Amino acid sequence: MRRTLAILLLSTLSITACSSNSSSGDSSTGAAAAGCAPANGPVTLSFTSWVPDIQKVVDIWNQANPNIQVKVQTGPNGNGGTYQNFFNQLKAGNAPDLGQIEYDALPSFRVQDGLMDLGTCSDVTAAKDKFVDWTWSQVSFGEQGHVYAVPQDAGPMALFYRKDLFEKNNIKVPTTWQEYADAAVKVKAAGGYITNFSTGDPNQFAGFAWQAGAHWFTNDGTNWTVSLTDPATSKVAAYWQDLIDKKLVSAVPPWTDEWNNAYNTDKDWTWVSAVWGANTISSGAPKTSGKWAVAPMPQWTAGDQAAGDWGGSSTAVFKGSKHPYEAAKFALWLNTSTEALTALNKAASLYPAAKAGATLPALTEGVPFYGNQKIYDVFSAASAQVKPDFTWGPTMTQTYADAGDGFKAAASGTGTLLKALTDAQASTIQTLKSQSIPVKG
Amino acid sequence: MSVLSRRAAAMLVMAVCTVYFLTPLWWLFVGSTKPGGRGVGLWFDHFQLGTNLHAVLTYQDGIFLRWLVNSIGYTVGAAAIGTLLAAMCGYALAKYRFPGRETLFNIVLGGVLVPATALALPLFLLFSKAHAANTYWAVFLPSLVNPFGVYLARIYAASSVPDELLEAARIDGSGEVRSFFTVSVRLMAPALVTIFLFHFVAVWNNFLLPLIMLGNQKLFPVTLGLYTWNSQVDQRPELRGLVLVGACLSLAPMLIAFLSLQRFWRSGLGAGSLK
Repeated sequence: MRRTLAILLLSTLSITACSSNSSSGDSSTGAAAAGCAPANGPVTLSFTSWVPDIQKVVDIWNQANPNIQVKVQTGPNGNGGTYQNFFNQLKAGNAPDLGQIEYDALPSFRVQDGLMDLGTCSDVTAAKDKFVDWTWSQVSFGEQGHVYAVPQDAGPMALFYRKDLFEKNNIKVPTTWQEYADAAVKVKAAGGYITNFSTGDPNQFAGFAWQAGAHWFTNDGTNWTVSLTDPATSKVAAYWQDLIDKKLVSAVPPWTDEWNNAYNTDKDWTWVSAVWGANTISSGAPKTSGKWAVAPMPQWTAGDQAAGDWGGSSTAVFKGSKHPYEAAKFALWLNTSTEALTALNKAASLYPAAKAGATLPALTEGVPFYGNQKIYDVFSAASAQVKPDFTWGPTMTQTYADAGDGFKAAASGTGTLLKALTDAQASTIQTLKSQSIPVKG
Repeated sequence: MSVLSRRAAAMLVMAVCTVYFLTPLWWLFVGSTKPGGRGVGLWFDHFQLGTNLHAVLTYQDGIFLRWLVNSIGYTVGAAAIGTLLAAMCGYALAKYRFPGRETLFNIVLGGVLVPATALALPLFLLFSKAHAANTYWAVFLPSLVNPFGVYLARIYAASSVPDELLEAARIDGSGEVRSFFTVSVRLMAPALVTIFLFHFVAVWNNFLLPLIMLGNQKLFPVTLGLYTWNSQVDQRPELRGLVLVGACLSLAPMLIAFLSLQRFWRSGLGAGSLK
């Protein structure tokens, strides 16, 4: 008797993982097929987002919409674990109704058939003109009549520069990349570096390539084509390699105290970065307050007006959601209504993808840290200049990781940026093949 | 002379090791006293520990305290029950003969080799099926499992609980369960403390399991909470300092556990050596 008790206790310890064979996506019984019809009765939606203080924004909605209550779930950012959680949840059939997904991660969810096509929701397709063009093509993958997420924020890029140091040393603010390289020499002579080349931000480099007209990934409907070394990217890579070789840029790891120090102690004079970089500089380099200004990104040809983008997320509805109509309604409110956009900007300094966002009061004032310049005007113009046909690949995590490793080698002198991109291209094609995703080459 | 120099050499090695291990802790403490998390350096500068502590404990309506309580809730419960289960398993494997004993032990020991990452997805699917993902039990139940503890308990039970004593207990009419709790547990106490402390550390540091299971911030343990804060540092620069202070604070329960249970450890070193 005592012995059987002991054995029973022992066997309960060995948990047999009887993972069910539920095929992904099939758990959406009739919800997806039903299209986008409103529900009868109160609805509760679950929404996973890592925007800080998103609960405050959602509270505004919950107060005004007692019949559509949204419950917020949070966690670390997408690449810090939440994307993997989404994939796990899609497999288990308990994914939330809505989730925050950055633009460069959307294709990986699309490829796994994890996103609901909101093209059947007339409210969503009608909202197309409310968003800046390129953000819409990011969430619709260029497919007419289909859309897979609602754009939330954007990261148009511009040139942050130390106005005081440029003036003091009589260096003209560069408007082309050639002028930028020339200015780099003068800055070096004056004892600083024009900028820091970040080996840990391959997506900043992607923004540069985007501005130059590169197309890293294309999909003709069946096959993917990967070309991380197309002429535009090669041009960008050669340019930065030249600056690295001539030691005109520092190579401090980004997002560290060391990086903050470099800007705080006048070692680095500019940063080509996205709109949210304004906060990074003001919090990391407080001693330089009032000395910065923002200019448009340097161009490849004088007189051009092109910009790149770095970052930005969307609000997607996952496949299997039982209330796509309400979920789409909430997503639209979150990303187009003035009150939500103001709250999002206040909570997390998000720069809206919606056109109306450019006229938010918070974004039309002068910013003291930047000498009271109305910096958001520059970004608003830049946002309109981002090319609308840049596609991300379905395995960006791996591509970024490989490119980042190669960049680190290049910055330390053992290798070049072009080699890093060539290797990343080869390993991306390999990864796509190993995941049975049709790819050319 | 040579004895002295040998002792001096040993002390030197110990001193170097001590400095090596304690420097990060010192850095953490010094960093958490500095304003705004500008924590570089090994000496104090603008000491404001009180302000920082207040900031951490009141940020976002005191969510950090909630995380600490959660961690203690997951850890103390799971470590206590897990130790008891491991001890019972090890004891049974050591003291009773039954068919399949060695096979069972080898399977349990094989569990030590399975990395947590391999178990993450199957556990998540299991709990999702039971509609228990994103709950307290999703983290608590898997934390009860401790195959290494079973191994330790078996070894210790075999060496420190004499069969003769158990025979005597049986002759006196004590049941197996009763003799386990009254006789064997007392004899195995140092091993139980060791298993408890190992398990405590493992569950306290458990990060992957809460990451995949939990979405409700109010259920996070302190490890996941600090990681989430750390990932928001770009948008919320004040979090840089709070993460440092939070990390420093989160050491406290572990320090308390180790220092208070230390005496049980020492007494066990000599046990079983005299037979």
